[in-house]
Amino acid sequence: MIQLRTDSRIEKLETGIPGFDQISQGGLPKGRTTLVAGTAGSAKTVFAAQFLAEGILKADEAGVFVTLEESPDDIRRNVKGLGWDVQQWEADGKWVFVDASPQPGEEMIITADYDLGGLMARIEHGVRKVNATRVSMDSLGAIFTQFADRAIVRRELFRIATMLKRIGVTAVMTAERTEEYGDIARYGIEEFVADNVVILRNPLEGEKRRRTVEILKYRGTLHYKGEYPFTVMPGQGFIVIPLSAIELKQQSSPIRVTSGSETLDEMCGGGFFRDSIILVSGATGNGKTLMVTEFIAGGVKAGERCLLLAFEESREQLIRNATGWGMDFEQMERDGHFKVVCAYPESAGLEDHLIAIRDEIDRFKPNRVAVDSLSALERVSTIKGFREFVIGLTSFIKQRQVTGLFTATTPTLMGGTSVTEAHISTITDSIILLRYVEMLGEMRRGITVLKMRGSPHDKDIREFTIDGQGMHIGKPFRQVTGILSGAPVHLVRTEAERLEGLFKEEAVVN
Amino acid sequence: MNRSVLKLYVMGMTPRAERAVANLRRICAEELDDRYELQVIDVLESPQLAEDERIMATPTLIKELPPPVRRLIGDLSDTEKVLLGLDLHPAPEHVGAKGDRP
Repeated sequence: MIQLRTDSRIEKLETGIPGFDQISQGGLPKGRTTLVAGTAGSAKTVFAAQFLAEGILKADEAGVFVTLEESPDDIRRNVKGLGWDVQQWEADGKWVFVDASPQPGEEMIITADYDLGGLMARIEHGVRKVNATRVSMDSLGAIFTQFADRAIVRRELFRIATMLKRIGVTAVMTAERTEEYGDIARYGIEEFVADNVVILRNPLEGEKRRRTVEILKYRGTLHYKGEYPFTVMPGQGFIVIPLSAIELKQQSSPIRVTSGSETLDEMCGGGFFRDSIILVSGATGNGKTLMVTEFIAGGVKAGERCLLLAFEESREQLIRNATGWGMDFEQMERDGHFKVVCAYPESAGLEDHLIAIRDEIDRFKPNRVAVDSLSALERVSTIKGFREFVIGLTSFIKQRQVTGLFTATTPTLMGGTSVTEAHISTITDSIILLRYVEMLGEMRRGITVLKMRGSPHDKDIREFTIDGQGMHIGKPFRQVTGILSGAPVHLVRTEAERLEGLFKEEAVVN
Repeated sequence: MNRSVLKLYVMGMTPRAERAVANLRRICAEELDDRYELQVIDVLESPQLAEDERIMATPTLIKELPPPVRRLIGDLSDTEKVLLGLDLHPAPEHVGAKGDRP
């Protein structure tokens, strides 16, 4: 990875907002004001509040929240769901509100020539009162509706920004945008308040909202460019998923673990690598869930902790299936070595699924994780969002040194590649294909190890059968070609021998 | 007539603040004689008072009495509007304008 030289002139303040400090390479420019602009519902207020909350929780830094739109009561209530007790922080002298929200029912007559000195004095007073290092103002557009004279408001916002700089606090100001891809902010606010601009987006893509954060400018300091997905989770708040900022620093281990099947272990050259990602691809009913079950049972048998994330079948179905193959999931769960988490793919956005999966992994601390199936998640997202999800998940799993087995369903019975495979095959360390093979009017099952990074492996396509004891891998298909392309051709022995002879002759000629 | 209670919030003794104070004193002297109390508050010296009253702009004149409570923002150079805001001889042609008594 390219090491970027950090500018030493402008220090950064770690916000503590998960993922944001990574994409901003260290946080917000210290002692400066950063404009956070976004459309309605793009989580601007959450960002502003979390900037203060994380300061209190992680750095014991007090903050001032200047609310220009919602009442302090509304904000206290709204952020409670994110797990922050603002009232307690106010009592502890860690959080101060400057209430500049419009007061309903109050008569106000505005004539010419005024400034926002009152607001300015109050912000400075708030900062001094709790010795604050962080200030959030949410949101600037509301001042323009309270005070109609734009020239005055602009001049005054500029003065406030200058004052904040003078007293050395790091500030976040939020502002509205009218379009996801258009002017930075309404009223041209960015031109006079801030050198630094962060944009929050919440566009509709394929009937789904997909939140992203982009650092647009960070005068004089480095940051990662482009949009990064984020989500807002109850009890946690704003979480950025720093995909391309993820460093490829995970170790790769030479330790082998069992796939759950002795024969498959042999085919893989001695088992899966411990911190590797294995993709199992196959048509519906081809034995993918069985492979998952074997993978789990093999892990539990070896004393590992196993987590199954199921997006296609319910707990009851999975347990029944396993029982049918001679494996007792319920007993494994009772022993505490196994946990199954079932969720409908549609129940949340992919970013939310990813955060939930990461939390689950951190809680259960498994040695192996199986996802059945990735394809089910693919349908609730755009291709780009799905790819980001897979990268986020695989890198997380690898960092935790967990073995990951994902399944992907092929679109046609006889094979072919799915979108899932196309997007994650380069990320996975191993690929195992399960294919139907039509032979003389009979459907049979084939398995092959297509890719096994860092290890020799069996190149055969072997037949396997399924019975009450699970999966049995047998001999290679010998007189069939074209299995992988989905058009198997059965060769008669003489023809096969003739072909073999043909190559021998050529070899001699050369 | 009831006494008027007026509070004028300014930020420092800037020319604008001095103008507001002078304008207000002149109007009060002409219209209210001595039937008023005026307190001038500098938000730099008493920011907590500004916080309690949620003062945004300066100068802000708050007419606390007689009711209704009303805020006048600006340097108070528009005498007509100040008179209206203080409920002093409202002119009929201004009925319906913002800040008028019903």
